[in-house]
Amino acid sequence: MIIHVGYFSLVLTFLIALYGVGAATYGAIRRKTQFVESARHAMLLTWPLVTLSVLAIVWLLVSGDFQVHYVYSTTSNDMPVYLKITALWGGQAGSLVFWSWLMAAFASAVSLRKWDHNRELLPWVVVVIMVNLAFFLSLAIFFENPFARLWKTLDGEQITAMFQPRGTIPLVPVDGRGLNPLLRHLGMIVHPPMQYLGFVSFVIPYALAMGALITGRTDDHWLRVGRRWTIVAWLFLSAGLLLGSWWAYDVLGWGGYWGWDPVEVSALIPWLSATAFIHSVMIHEKRGMLKQWNMVLVILTYSLVIFGTFLSRSGVLMSVHAFAESAIGPMLLIFIGISFVGSFILLIWRWEKLKSKNQLNSMLSREALLLLNNLLLIGILVVCAWGILFPLISELITSQKVTVGPPFYERAVAPLGIGLLILMAVAPLSTYGHTWWKPLVKALLKPFGASLLVPLILTLRGITNLGALLGFWVVAFVALVTLNEFWRGAMVRRRRHGEIIPLALWRLMRRNRQRYGGYVIHLCTVMMVVGIIGIEIFQTETQATLVWGEQLTLGRYVMIYESMDQFDSPDGRFVIRAVVSVYRDGKYVGELYPRQDYYYAPEMAVSIPGVRSTLEDDLSVMLVGWEPTPTGGATFKVFLNPLVNFIWLGGLLFILGTLAAAWPDRKS
Amino acid sequence: MSSDDMSDSVDDPGSRAKFMIGGIMIAAAIVYLIAASTKATTQYYMTIDELFAKGEAIVDRDIKISGVIRGDTIEYDAQTLTLRFAVANLPADLDRIQKAGGIMEVQQQAIADSNASRLEVVYIGPRPDLLRHGAQAIITGRLGEDGVFYADELLLKCPTRYEAESPVQAAEGK
Repeated sequence: MIIHVGYFSLVLTFLIALYGVGAATYGAIRRKTQFVESARHAMLLTWPLVTLSVLAIVWLLVSGDFQVHYVYSTTSNDMPVYLKITALWGGQAGSLVFWSWLMAAFASAVSLRKWDHNRELLPWVVVVIMVNLAFFLSLAIFFENPFARLWKTLDGEQITAMFQPRGTIPLVPVDGRGLNPLLRHLGMIVHPPMQYLGFVSFVIPYALAMGALITGRTDDHWLRVGRRWTIVAWLFLSAGLLLGSWWAYDVLGWGGYWGWDPVEVSALIPWLSATAFIHSVMIHEKRGMLKQWNMVLVILTYSLVIFGTFLSRSGVLMSVHAFAESAIGPMLLIFIGISFVGSFILLIWRWEKLKSKNQLNSMLSREALLLLNNLLLIGILVVCAWGILFPLISELITSQKVTVGPPFYERAVAPLGIGLLILMAVAPLSTYGHTWWKPLVKALLKPFGASLLVPLILTLRGITNLGALLGFWVVAFVALVTLNEFWRGAMVRRRRHGEIIPLALWRLMRRNRQRYGGYVIHLCTVMMVVGIIGIEIFQTETQATLVWGEQLTLGRYVMIYESMDQFDSPDGRFVIRAVVSVYRDGKYVGELYPRQDYYYAPEMAVSIPGVRSTLEDDLSVMLVGWEPTPTGGATFKVFLNPLVNFIWLGGLLFILGTLAAAWPDRKS
Repeated sequence: MSSDDMSDSVDDPGSRAKFMIGGIMIAAAIVYLIAASTKATTQYYMTIDELFAKGEAIVDRDIKISGVIRGDTIEYDAQTLTLRFAVANLPADLDRIQKAGGIMEVQQQAIADSNASRLEVVYIGPRPDLLRHGAQAIITGRLGEDGVFYADELLLKCPTRYEAESPVQAAEGK
């Protein structure tokens, strides 16, 4: 049966992974290539096998086999099919298999790679990845089994088990509990998979780094092989974070795109060390420096990924996203402990081999500025880690619970963030090696001066908020310097090759993906900063109770309450929907439909705002109350969020820019 | 290409010292930033019983409390967006909770006992979707002199019987 196929696929994969570890280790130590090859084939096999399990779970979810405990707890009859499929990652057990599936996909992909030039690294890459895969599979197989079923004893007691216990009969509930209606959103389809992809994919650079340490091949090879995998991993992690933000914003209407929730922060932390790594790796390549530091960053990033997983799944954190307390918590902690300590022992073993000949000798050189970038990013990382751990530690010591919320993070991160933005403006103009301050300052003078015009103009137009002025100034500074870099490069090409500007720009970016891809990503980042300034500093709101025909005003907008209707929708909810028309500067711009969805099971209401989105602003209208009588009024709460869509546009271009930067060149 | 520029790599203790000092200063600044922000923004997180125990001392202090919502006390004035409800004490001791049969049982017990201590809460803002009888609430705000808790922020946990991922809805008011 499907359940048995699914479960035993997991077990088989687990055994094959263990075999891979053994064969690769033996093959490497005894220099027997056929064992290493066998291990590589084993790794290749893992993905098709786990896929069988995943297909089994999805089948059970979609067909509504409620005897399976996981199906019972995450789906219900009235859920649309797409949502039932997303239940694969909606609960603890399913998400562990999903995680393993993604890891196996990367494992198989890496095993298909041409390993001719880096043969010595291969066995250890197999070992590391297979150990990790086996671990996560074991969590699903032994602790949180998605295939466990419900049984009833003769006394009426309920048991959950994989195999039928003696003296029980199957317990098949008529309907399942279903996913919380708040999760019925496009975000549920894209955000968790992307986030998991981001986490899981860091196992590859980590495995390569471990391979380099174990074999002693501490030159650039592991880095060159791993660099594209690292950018891909970073791309997925960035996309996961952005999608999560967008989802939260779309559902909440007033903001909430980043709440500094402990689970959000624990996903941000590896992203910070990964970003530091992407920058410091440039110093490694250009001047052979910071090899030890780069190793530290790679180990740190992957360890933080697993640590974050531990925090979210152990019940230790109170959060929107946290899974409940579970037996796998201690397992994860032990695993992190062992791999972290093991990795650092390897690093210390090879410490001297990683020393570089070159020295950092100028505080304004590009290396120094990149190092400063790393320092600031790690600084933010420490702030975030403190924010999560301090309450836990404090409770352990004083047994008085404390919490830190957004005010802590905003206060501590803001100066560091501004420092990073200023670096974005200064660093492109710096040079490697010995740098004298005069030419750098000279190069900065024009863009700096021009950027000051922005806050000046804004002040003249009535904007006095210091934070906004500072923010817009630094955005202008970065934009001017970065765009100028494109201009200069294109000009040089035009002079040398006679190319017209668009062609020159294109060829410029193709020739030097890393540098110009990076600049594009910086520009997208400041675009997002523009959006953040808009919604954080300039948001306005109002509320009113209106009867049909009445209106309210917010800024340039007028909203008229036209009518309201109520109806049952086919997927198990009762909808109360208001129709409002929106006018901007007196002109009609459209209708919005803020509504309340009442779900019959579980009995709860979800509020869906009606939103009008343009680049200039978002008008978000929420229906917060109404009276059932025909002439009764309805209460609306309206938010005006200026510039907020620059966050999403910037985010989208950020991802596309990273993709372009990571795209393989035709030669390689 | 990695430049083996030997003329650059003279081990200059002076310049190394410069970098070390610079790095340490930045690290110190970050530590200061963290310490200052922690001091300024940390909130106590307590149960209703602990709040009552603190009494006068905790009036007007910004704190976070956790409790279980009593559905029969929910009042909402949609015109002024004023929400009033009472919360019952939810013990925080994990061991006690395990012994009593899990978090769901404890929540049910808390609201079933009509003699248990309760705290009146006032919140200005749209009524949160997850606000219902038996939901666990994490409320940020301050205790007024009148013994009513004035909430700035409401975090609600869905009162499902399933002790797994229960989405929480955060609402921010004024």
